[in-house]
Amino acid sequence: MALSEPVDTRLASATSSDRLRGFARLLATSAFRVTAITVATFVLTAAAVVGTLFWQTNAMLTAQVLRGLTQERLAFEDIARSGGPGAVQRAVEARAGPIMPGASLLLLQEQGGSRRAGNLDAWPTELADKPAGGAFHHGAGQPAAGLPLRLPDGTRLLVARDLQDQRALIDRMRWLFLAGFGLLSLIGLAGGLIASRLMLARVAQITDTGAEIMAGDLSRRIALSGGDDEFDHLAAHLNAMLARIEQLMAGMREVSDNIAHDLKTPLSRLRSRAEAALRTPTGESAHVEGLSRVIEDADAIIQTFNALLLIARLEAGAVERSAEVFDLTALIGDVAELYEPVAEEAGQRLIRGALPPLRVRANRQLLIQALANLIDNALKYGTPAAGRAGEITLTLAVVEGWVRIAVADRGAGIPAADRDRVRNRFVRLDQSRSQPGTGLGLSLVAAVARLHGGTMLLEDHAPGLRVVLVLPGTVLACREARP
Amino acid sequence: MRILIIEDDIEAGLFLQKALKESGHTVDQAHDGDDGIALARDGGHDVLIVDRMLPKMDGLTLVKTLRAEGVRTPVLFLSALGAVDDRVKGLRAGGDDYLTKPYAFTELLARIEVLVRRREPQETQTRYQVGDLVLDRLSHRVTRAGEAVLLQPREYRLLEYMMRNAGQVVTRTMLLEKVWDYHFDPQTNVIDVHVSRLRGKIDKGFDRPLLHTVRGSGYMLRDGTI
Repeated sequence: MALSEPVDTRLASATSSDRLRGFARLLATSAFRVTAITVATFVLTAAAVVGTLFWQTNAMLTAQVLRGLTQERLAFEDIARSGGPGAVQRAVEARAGPIMPGASLLLLQEQGGSRRAGNLDAWPTELADKPAGGAFHHGAGQPAAGLPLRLPDGTRLLVARDLQDQRALIDRMRWLFLAGFGLLSLIGLAGGLIASRLMLARVAQITDTGAEIMAGDLSRRIALSGGDDEFDHLAAHLNAMLARIEQLMAGMREVSDNIAHDLKTPLSRLRSRAEAALRTPTGESAHVEGLSRVIEDADAIIQTFNALLLIARLEAGAVERSAEVFDLTALIGDVAELYEPVAEEAGQRLIRGALPPLRVRANRQLLIQALANLIDNALKYGTPAAGRAGEITLTLAVVEGWVRIAVADRGAGIPAADRDRVRNRFVRLDQSRSQPGTGLGLSLVAAVARLHGGTMLLEDHAPGLRVVLVLPGTVLACREARP
Repeated sequence: MRILIIEDDIEAGLFLQKALKESGHTVDQAHDGDDGIALARDGGHDVLIVDRMLPKMDGLTLVKTLRAEGVRTPVLFLSALGAVDDRVKGLRAGGDDYLTKPYAFTELLARIEVLVRRREPQETQTRYQVGDLVLDRLSHRVTRAGEAVLLQPREYRLLEYMMRNAGQVVTRTMLLEKVWDYHFDPQTNVIDVHVSRLRGKIDKGFDRPLLHTVRGSGYMLRDGTI
């Protein structure tokens, strides 16, 4: 079978390449993808917020340092004004200590650009044309902030402070945050992996079952976890669907078996009749006789075929069920009238029992056909035991909102054990098949009932059989028509 | 009678043509909807036999179009689609009768002749007569050789239909359809029983039977032998 390609979804396998493939499959699951997208979005947003926070903090701290430096610059201005030309240089030399984190940085520069005093070697390029001062780097790239001051004698003074401490703080915070985010992402992704693994296991179960069903075992069902979650709901629905499909398949198989039997039998009979007629040496009259028998056989086959097609169409719902509104009581009366003479000829009486007035919306032709089939059956199989009067009784009633059309006979009836079986197509309890018929009569009635949302019941008429065509109250055309 | 067959199955069409010719009719053939409608428009046919499923233009559309153009030639639909709903569709489209494949040729012939007869002015007659059997459609009285024949309402309708088509074969299916308006295959001989009862009322006690059984096809009401 082409469909039975095995689909292996089991994750547990021995070889490492299998494990790798399993892991790759895990990463490809939608559950994992959703988790990954969520984690990525969270991390990006958090990074943007934290980045802004760092940038702001850094700027604030630098501004704070610059304010401190402004005070220092004021002090140097005072010295320059009151202390004379050498005073500033002395003050710078006194204050400029070794460079360490957080230390004061100073540079007194000649007009030409050469260093006169201080612990910085050269004027920072970042501050070349920034009279308001700002951040710069010194030495081996350490951060610092400084303010320039032009002195009356033409020299330049840079008052600055090393910011390595501040940078170290920011860096540590940054690392803390990065590590935190990393950890968070890993935990999130791991959670996603676990979730998808769990889901994959459930999905794999469904896929496995599906594969087994495709391989031909229609009786397989998906196991439920019992947790009543959405997977259980899905599985329950799929199981219900599978049950329906299995039922339909069984029906189809049965139908094809039956067709094979009940159409092939008359077809082979037809063929042998034709052959026999051809072989007859007596010639023309035998041929004519043979051919007319062949036509009879063909007609019987056509009748069976038509009934089968009609049942198939009814069961597929391909026929309009509420075609028209009509007087059901009159319809039963008319069909009874059609059959009364036939019943009389057969030595039976067709009795119209209680037939209250009822109008329904249904498929008139189908109800006529169903009723005719039931009366036909009663005439054929309802012959009473010797010495008793044959009676076929037609009744109509509305019981608990259901319309019941009953045809009852006084024949041998159907044993309770066989009642289910005769609903099936082609089942004829009369094994000798002495009566003509397709064996589809009751199946057709049942199909008509089902099309209208009703059912067919077989009841004991003690003695005899009562077949009831039960239709839902919805077929009633008007409520007041109820007795 | 001049008959136009519009049927895409060439073999089935030829068989039908041959059989109809043997029955004394003139037959034209078309094998698809386009040719069919062109031939049908020319007129001059007494009956159109139209298959439901045709290449180029399906039978339903073909008949609908003809009717819209005012072509009133009687149409008999032939179709493998035989469910109740299909029949209703065919009649709504403007068909006059509907026959499901496979069919008996005698059934087809009987229906064609009745279709053509239906157009003749008989429909408005108030009195039908076959031999000495008279049916008065106004008073609903039936007499044979001047003597009243008492009929049940359904028997009256059965006789009325057979008298309207006197001299024609009417099949059991036709009677079930036209007199009872039932469209199914009865598995018992219901129609035969009704006809034999009617025969008992109109022919019993008379030398010349009027209601004849046509073997293999149906019945015929006729003064004289068949």
